[in-house]
Amino acid sequence: MKAALGITGFALAACLVGLAAGAVSIPPGSILGALASPDAPGAAIIRELRLPRVILAFLVGGALGVTGAALQALVRNPLADPYLLGISGGAGLGAVLAIALGVAGAWSLPLAAFAGGLASVILVYRLSAVAGRRLDPRVLVLAGVVVSAFTGALISAVLTLSSAEQLRNAFLWLVGSVSGASWETIAAFAAYAALPLFALFASARALDLLSLGEEPAQSLGLDAVRARRIVYLAASLLTAASVAVCGVVGFVGLVAPHALRGILGPGHRRLLPAVFFASGGFLVLADAVARTVVRPIELPVGVVTALVGVPIFSLLLRKSLR
Amino acid sequence: MILEAAGACVRYPGAPEAALTDLDLSLAAGELVAVAGPNGSGKTTLVRALLGLIPLDRGRVFLNGRPVGEWRRGELAQVVALVPQREETPFSWRVEEMVGFGRYARRGALSAMTAEDRAAVERALQRCDVASLRTRRIETLSGGEWQRVRIARALAQEPRLLVLDEPTASLDLGHEMDLFELVRRLVDEGLAALVVTHHMNLAARYADRMMLLDAGRVAATGPPSQVMRAELLSRVFRWPVSVMLLEEGAPQIVALRPEGHGRGYS
Repeated sequence: MKAALGITGFALAACLVGLAAGAVSIPPGSILGALASPDAPGAAIIRELRLPRVILAFLVGGALGVTGAALQALVRNPLADPYLLGISGGAGLGAVLAIALGVAGAWSLPLAAFAGGLASVILVYRLSAVAGRRLDPRVLVLAGVVVSAFTGALISAVLTLSSAEQLRNAFLWLVGSVSGASWETIAAFAAYAALPLFALFASARALDLLSLGEEPAQSLGLDAVRARRIVYLAASLLTAASVAVCGVVGFVGLVAPHALRGILGPGHRRLLPAVFFASGGFLVLADAVARTVVRPIELPVGVVTALVGVPIFSLLLRKSLR
Repeated sequence: MILEAAGACVRYPGAPEAALTDLDLSLAAGELVAVAGPNGSGKTTLVRALLGLIPLDRGRVFLNGRPVGEWRRGELAQVVALVPQREETPFSWRVEEMVGFGRYARRGALSAMTAEDRAAVERALQRCDVASLRTRRIETLSGGEWQRVRIARALAQEPRLLVLDEPTASLDLGHEMDLFELVRRLVDEGLAALVVTHHMNLAARYADRMMLLDAGRVAATGPPSQVMRAELLSRVFRWPVSVMLLEEGAPQIVALRPEGHGRGYS
């Protein structure tokens, strides 16, 4: 209960900061006024620019966090993250291809990204399973790095062969940014993310069992093959939807699950909703930092999440190899 | 009969030899059967085949009279509980959460624990003497405590058949005895148990029947006195052994040193 209040408070505070921060600072007191009335001072900035941006960052952050937590149970490795496992890279490749071929729209881009993300997660899983039935955390991360490098090379190839305007669009979006937020991107994201997010929440108890390994899970009564398939599909779809609206943002799936397992324990029924709110708040804050730290230049939000995520990754790596 | 196998054969895809050939086995309530054999003789394959975790090449396995392949995992888990050989989780579960997982098949994916579920977990904790550890994190447990917790989880499933795959692999002498005593008591209370073990001597003391596997085939099966024969065991384990009798009557195996290396044990 205390934890739930704390996480809700954190998420609300993050959203408030996200609305207040930017090229023009708006005091928190005026934000409510701007939200209530379109004629209040700063209302245009809040309502048309920052609110969609904060909402999108929150939803994407939440989706990536829940995806990370689910993948960590699935591959039984606290280092799993859609970015580190190469899903984001694959989704990026799918999306870049769609842009280069001129078939990218708010609604078709996530589908192309989904195809790429699913292909790469299967590839990573195959590569890491070659090393033995027991998934070694090092091998898994290595496989993710290899697949990311591969998709990265293909992305470069596609971009090199594209026209200048397409190239600029693809690059801006690839580095990871929420600046393209609009009510339409929010609608598209919500439409694609709702079902897989629900599927992961409904799989909470299956994830508990999957984290014990396939044989224990099955002997406890879980259809592990089916559960695993659902989680892979949902994780790929969520990553793809996220990549499609704000590019490749890494490490969001690592930070909140790690912090919250220490407080709430590993049970996914409590963990997943908490991770959703905390990761949403985390990405909103990261975006607020990205917008303001070198004002008036905007940093890609992926830079900020990496700066926070890499130290946590190193910590987890040390722990998991001990 | 809870478990019945007839002519069961298993061949892994791409393998030249069958991993298990013509296995016959029957197991009833109140019976403890121990499966032994050299490394790679098919013990774990047998467990996996009996639980329907791998498909049979030929032959049949029945659980409660119904072919094992026809069971859904959730139904199977209410009749058979498996304590696998190895198990690792990256997360820091509490003992009571771990034992609570035994109720998964009975409570479904979305419903909360009922009073009945909690009572079953409590009984299992008590039965395995781990109730005092309930709030401990699993990574803080000793090897013996962890095995008892895993057996408690299996008991929380309220199964009719308990399958243990090398349950004493990393336990010291006292914990080994402790574990076999526990399993024997559970069997005497009406459970059926199949224990895969390298500990021939413990198997001979606690099991009603033994089954010796060699290269995927049954080399011998029957009461311990029929399986624990020096000539047979020497051949199967490719090492000279001698068999002696304990006062309680159980045959015990002793591996001999090759001739010329003896140090006063002649």
